[in-house]
Amino acid sequence: MRFEAPETVEAAVSLMAGEPGNAQALAGGTDLLVQLKTGRVSPDLIVDLKRIPSMVAITQEDGGFRLGGAVPAADMLEDDALKAAWPGICEAAHLVGSTQVMGRASLAGNLCTSSPAADTVPAMVAASATARIVGPDGSRDLAVEDVPSGVQKNSLKKGEVVESIYLPPRPARSSDAYLRFIPRTEMDIAVVGCGVSITLDEGGIVTDAKVALGAVAITVQVVEAGAKAIIGSKLEDAALDALAAACSAACKPINDKRGTIEFRTDVAGVLAKRAAKIAYDRAAGVTA
Amino acid sequence: MPLDAQHDNHTREFKVVGTRPVRPDGLDKVTGRARYGADMSLPGMIFGEIVRANHAHAKIVKIDTSAAEALSGVHAVVTRADFPAQSDGMVDILDHCMADGEVLYDGHAVAAVAASSKALARKAAALIKVEYEVLPHVTDVDEAAKPGAPLVKQGIESNIVATHEFGHGDVEKGFTEAEVIVERSYTTEATHQGYIEPHACVATLGGDGVADIWCCTQGHFMVRNTCAAIMGMNASQIRVTASEIGGGFGGKTTVYIEPTALALSKKAGRPVKIVMNREDVFRASGPTASSSIDIKIGAKKDGTLVAGQATLRYQGGAWGGSIVDFGAMAAFACYDMPNVKAVGIDVLANRPKLAAYRAPSAPMAAFAVESAVNEMCDELGMDPLDFRLKNCARAGTKSSYGPTYGEIGLEATLEAAKAHPHWSAPLPEGQGRGIACGFWFNFGGQTSSSLNINEDGTVGLSVGTPDIGGSRAAMCQMAAEALGIPYEKVRAIVADTASLGYNDVTDGSRTTFASGLAVINSANQAVERLCERAAQTWDIPAEAVEWKDGAAHPAGANAGNFEPLSLDELAANSGSTGGPISGHCEINADGAGVSFGTHICDAEVDKETGRTTITRYTVIQDAGKAIHPDYVEGQFQGGAVQGIGWALNEEYIYGEDGRLQNAGFLDYRIPVASDLPMIDTQILEIPNPGHPYGVRGVGETPIVPPLAAVAHAITGSCGQRMRAIPMSPPKVLAAIKAAS
Ligand SMILES: Cc1cc2nc3c(=O)[nH]c(=O)nc-3n(C[C@H](O)[C@H](O)[C@H](O)COP(=O)(O)OP(=O)(O)OC[C@H]3O[C@@H](n4cnc5c(N)ncnc54)[C@H](O)[C@@H]3O)c2cc1C
Repeated sequence: MRFEAPETVEAAVSLMAGEPGNAQALAGGTDLLVQLKTGRVSPDLIVDLKRIPSMVAITQEDGGFRLGGAVPAADMLEDDALKAAWPGICEAAHLVGSTQVMGRASLAGNLCTSSPAADTVPAMVAASATARIVGPDGSRDLAVEDVPSGVQKNSLKKGEVVESIYLPPRPARSSDAYLRFIPRTEMDIAVVGCGVSITLDEGGIVTDAKVALGAVAITVQVVEAGAKAIIGSKLEDAALDALAAACSAACKPINDKRGTIEFRTDVAGVLAKRAAKIAYDRAAGVTA
Repeated sequence: MPLDAQHDNHTREFKVVGTRPVRPDGLDKVTGRARYGADMSLPGMIFGEIVRANHAHAKIVKIDTSAAEALSGVHAVVTRADFPAQSDGMVDILDHCMADGEVLYDGHAVAAVAASSKALARKAAALIKVEYEVLPHVTDVDEAAKPGAPLVKQGIESNIVATHEFGHGDVEKGFTEAEVIVERSYTTEATHQGYIEPHACVATLGGDGVADIWCCTQGHFMVRNTCAAIMGMNASQIRVTASEIGGGFGGKTTVYIEPTALALSKKAGRPVKIVMNREDVFRASGPTASSSIDIKIGAKKDGTLVAGQATLRYQGGAWGGSIVDFGAMAAFACYDMPNVKAVGIDVLANRPKLAAYRAPSAPMAAFAVESAVNEMCDELGMDPLDFRLKNCARAGTKSSYGPTYGEIGLEATLEAAKAHPHWSAPLPEGQGRGIACGFWFNFGGQTSSSLNINEDGTVGLSVGTPDIGGSRAAMCQMAAEALGIPYEKVRAIVADTASLGYNDVTDGSRTTFASGLAVINSANQAVERLCERAAQTWDIPAEAVEWKDGAAHPAGANAGNFEPLSLDELAANSGSTGGPISGHCEINADGAGVSFGTHICDAEVDKETGRTTITRYTVIQDAGKAIHPDYVEGQFQGGAVQGIGWALNEEYIYGEDGRLQNAGFLDYRIPVASDLPMIDTQILEIPNPGHPYGVRGVGETPIVPPLAAVAHAITGSCGQRMRAIPMSPPKVLAAIKAAS
């Protein structure tokens, strides 16, 4: 097994593309090292991305935020502008593991691991985030929801890496929230996760919304009917109930050790309501 | 010469006992200098890896080890054929360590390999090809007990292997006298002890047939005797040294890897290290039984319990010995009942062999009985504390398992609960409050210890019971108390098997009681010798010397007028007054007092998700005498936390294929610190007449009440009675929805 720590994206891509065997990018390593230790992956080449300046930078760009592909959650949580603009993304990042894990874990790693339960992914999807993917054939931007393609499978091609995640600008009176259900209080994996992004008009009516669910299907689910159910409302009970029903209907979960189909379906609706209310209050300036 | 021979423990004033000094192993543990099982290394050491089956039940058709053996760097491969044929009671233990022609649970070891690196050993293990013929399996206790169930192993006719019955009176007659009867069924899932440190050992067995083992265990003498029997060796040929231990809770009272390490070392001629990973720990080491229990209790309208009956079915793996008998004995132990009967049925299943876990078998039985009692209180409209005070076992009560109780503290814990501010605190909206009691037998057992007075007046103490809960500190305190010297002058170690007589395992809440007794006796013997040296110096009879405040004094005016001789002076002169001074003790300790506790739990259920938050928790228990109160409180809290975990989320989950689905801490959910409120404790001290300082074991009872206390609080919060453990969110939510 070879370990490389290049200093440019181009070098990283050419190393990854040139490896005839299995090559793995390494951001925080909080998934990869666990997989190495348990023998689930045995790469021939590991390419550490943390020496590449663009991979570890948070920059404001065209009114939005660009987060490098190896930026740890801890750095995000120290960026006040980012926290103010995207509290839902930041609270999702804040849920990843413990303080120690957050010192390393990245959004791109969370995305590329392609776990149905990844916490930051529904939050990023609700935010309409895009991933900038760089490979031997150049660079492309892909909606975050189009990156995972199955359990531990994604649409990255040989030699490709996520250079950054872009959070686009939102109108005034916009905010977001992420909630997950776990049986404990921390150090656990989402049984259901829900990200909601909301924009209000001056009268407090929802003018735009995006709702995404995690852990209820093979990949993250965008619930358009849920968004529709609350657009035009002030989150009155009927709108929230319609949101919950739409979210429950969007679930395609399995029965497994973490929860039954029935449970996940119910809780998806409950979390969607709760997350929508939090996002709404933030957008209305009632809470931070 | 007056010693503390009579147990004047009601009136005795203590100097060191009851204080909270820093533990001797503390600094090592917080700085990482402490050596745990996996920290031992020897020159020439190689690494062992165990090959495990992925079937719940299968015949081993063929094992092909040739490719592994051909790999360069591989020093030995062993299968069951490399162990001597077994002729005695160790066969079950060896079968569990290494399958004998038939795989009986998912994770069962079938072969092992030792190689020059861990990576190479892993690679070699993957090259061992095993051909299986898959057989029908059963993992659920009720399914396994049914007629026509798949048989857990070949050569048996039923999965039910034993039935035990306890009780007195006539329950049929009792139920006819009852005015209210509650009859319910309960289930509990298997849990793991969840110790942080996985099993680890280094074993070396040389060409001279002499072996050394370093391992993390609750009982190194047990490891020695078990390995000697399995390997056909003498006890004197094996020396076992216990490492520091990162938790055991009963799960390190047997062997899993040591015989395999010895067999590999014998073949390779090198020391072999084996460290289990977490997945192996879950799949192939000590869970509890899972259980299914029917309870029937009858009472008069005034709340007098007249009859109780329990049928308990426990599965504890493929070998029997689910210790359901302890469950049947403990079920009604808290109650004074004229008519009581408990039947324990031991059922086999294709699961790993159960190991003890903190009051083994009692938590499940207590969950069922205490829950039924709480339901009875609701039927009667009676306060659950008053009901228990009316019916609780007291001194003179004939216990449900036979003996008549002496001085016990159950009633005192109930009175303390009633007076506790927790019990009277107003309950916040949406929360529920639960209560339950628990009992454990406690144990004494074979114990040997040795105490040496060093020439500088310090004391070296050797005990043979591994320290899993701060016992070295307690031992030092008891020795210092008996000798009349400061705590800091005594240092205790856990000595190896060649250095002391046989010691039973650290289990049964016995160590502070039994090892403590041995230490006090050792100290008293040393005092006797110190007094003799003083008598010799003063040229008076030894009987005329008394020991007070760490010094020899003439006993009264007739003895003569001499300045006291301190332990320091006597120790400094020991070389010229007859040589080293020590004290020893070898006993089979009797008189371990039974232990009772009462727990109060507040909980809030999220009615939309079924998730339970424990908001307040109080443990009240009789400790006899708390030698080091921090560690007594630590036991109360730790036991309560493990019980809360069992109640809420911990469970072994098996798939249709009989394979364990959650062999890791991600999906086997023990509570994390932020899940819990500070667990409040109240220590009661009702001295145990069987111990010079009044000690009762305290380690196990605290895991007994939480399952029912939590269930009761959940009922209070959401109105649903949960009769299946764990009360995980999907189950609670389903109950709430079914009711609405
Ligand atoms: C104790 C613990 C607790 C955890 N708790 C949570 C939790 O609560 N919620 C949760 O969602 N996750 C959790 N995780 C999982 C993990 O921490 C997250 O998925 C994390 O975001 C992964 O990021 P990373 O930077 O460490 O990824 P890495 O481990 O470095 O990489 C993960 C995968 O993504 C690939 N990869 C990484 N970066 C890139 C890139 N820029 N381009 C292309 N491929 C890339 C790697 O090759 C690898 O396959 C936990 C992990 C641990 C160990």
